[in-house]
Amino acid sequence: MTNPILEIKNLNKSFGALKATDDVSITLNAGEIHALIGPNGAGKSTLIKQICGGLSSDSGSVIFNGQDLAGLDVAERAQLGLGRTFQISSVIMEFSALRNVMLAVQANAGTSYRFFKNVRTDKKLVDRAMAILARVELEGRADVSAAELSHGERRQLEIALALALEPKAFLLDEPMAGMGPEGSKRLISFLDGLRKEAPILLIEHDMDAVFSLADRISVLVYGRVVASGTVDEIRNNPAVREAYLGETA
Amino acid sequence: MASLSRETLLNIFLTIGMLALPFVATAIDEPFYITLATRVAILGLAGVGLNLALGTGGLVSFGHAAFFGLGGYAAGILASHALNYTPIMESPFLIEGTNQMLIIWLVAIIVSGIGAYLIGLLSLRTSGVYFIMITLAFAQMIYYFAISWPAYGGEDGLSIYVRNAFPGVNTLDPQGFYFICFALLMAGIWLSATLKNSRFGAALQSARQNEERLSAVGVKPFNIKLTAFVISGMMTGLAGALFADLNRFVSPSMLSWHMSGEIMILVILGGVGRLYGPLAGAIIYIIFEFIFGGMTEHWQFFLGLVLLGVVLFARGGVIGLIAGRARHD
Repeated sequence: MTNPILEIKNLNKSFGALKATDDVSITLNAGEIHALIGPNGAGKSTLIKQICGGLSSDSGSVIFNGQDLAGLDVAERAQLGLGRTFQISSVIMEFSALRNVMLAVQANAGTSYRFFKNVRTDKKLVDRAMAILARVELEGRADVSAAELSHGERRQLEIALALALEPKAFLLDEPMAGMGPEGSKRLISFLDGLRKEAPILLIEHDMDAVFSLADRISVLVYGRVVASGTVDEIRNNPAVREAYLGETA
Repeated sequence: MASLSRETLLNIFLTIGMLALPFVATAIDEPFYITLATRVAILGLAGVGLNLALGTGGLVSFGHAAFFGLGGYAAGILASHALNYTPIMESPFLIEGTNQMLIIWLVAIIVSGIGAYLIGLLSLRTSGVYFIMITLAFAQMIYYFAISWPAYGGEDGLSIYVRNAFPGVNTLDPQGFYFICFALLMAGIWLSATLKNSRFGAALQSARQNEERLSAVGVKPFNIKLTAFVISGMMTGLAGALFADLNRFVSPSMLSWHMSGEIMILVILGGVGRLYGPLAGAIIYIIFEFIFGGMTEHWQFFLGLVLLGVVLFARGGVIGLIAGRARHD
């Protein structure tokens, strides 16, 4: 077996007496979608923050492409190829959809310290960003400011921003959240193809999405991975059914 | 573009007005108006500098007097050594004074840039009220240092007996000096427009709106903000050097928090983040000072009323009031 792209080893994080992340070990291999599920408050968002560098870990390590990410901040980890989306859309509200993606494209190219050329007439930047918007079917809304986009469109923009970074791994935090059934269906088929470009660590509450997309599933409860396995293994795991699926199925 | 926006028209109008003003002043035999216009241009340039940090970057610096004063002292110190034929230092290498504006400006820009770098390095680790307070504290530190440093006049300040020289221009002629200041104001406005539209400007505006997002795409907000703060300080520092030459005098008051407030007030009056906001604000400020200052020494009371009105009813400042809300794209 080849080395995993992303390897989380014995990660811990406590807030006072609360263990938000309790000895979590997860791997993400090339070409797969690894879904992370768990009830609210299970520590999924904490874990994502630890992986992305927004939150320091008490112990344990995050290995990405063979490199220990300890001591690197959010921006440095993004530069290495961690492309994340936020649970609550986090975009530049005053910018159009296009300029949001242009920002990600220039960031990926490492050219944010160019002071003179006007970005609006920067054909290379605009074309690249338009191509990415087209991939998430948002090209028709390119000039609409992010503040005026619908909730679902902003979710698509989140994905576009991650795509623009050409990441080596995606961390998607509830990409389906608040999307209509039609939008979810389209996103599912999009993510299905995306795993060939880079593996996806997918946090998702939409069980239909998880079961149709995931190669592997890990279940997080009170900061601990209580089960990990294929879709069928998780579906038939009694502990999981009790702890989690029983409530939502 | 088929039609110009109202804001562009207003900007053109302000530019032409500023260009015509000295000729009008000469025609109606009111040369003092040229001095007022020079003050407008210089304070406008200081505001353009602050506006880059405050408007584009969202960095509410209450310490820009530090850079204004550093630029002013750079001019004053260089000029006084040139006048006395004494070197500023002899070892490890010789530095002499100069009365050449071009060199003085360069030194003013470098000195205020270094000041902005050091102050930014520490204060940009904070945000919000803490950032305001720390920038204020640093500026006050430099202010008290200037007061207690007798070598360059201390509390009494430092006179520049002859206005510094610029190749090909008689700087003692009010019109000549005015056009130098006006040209630099225009250059500052051009620079801030160019920066805002550049990749760096995109990152800076993102740093103001959503740092989390900017980091997530792989750009460090701190470095972007620090760069903007330094450029901002340099522009305000250059304005300070001009201000020293205008008054032929530098004193610690250029470094005091009143000065920081003055620069901030004119940016807010004109319109935060608007390209010509600082110029519009400076015009209003100077007009108020001139008209009401002649009637009462408490003229700032009236300015305060206007500022209150702007903050409460016209958040886009005067530019916003006339040209409508800022367009975003």
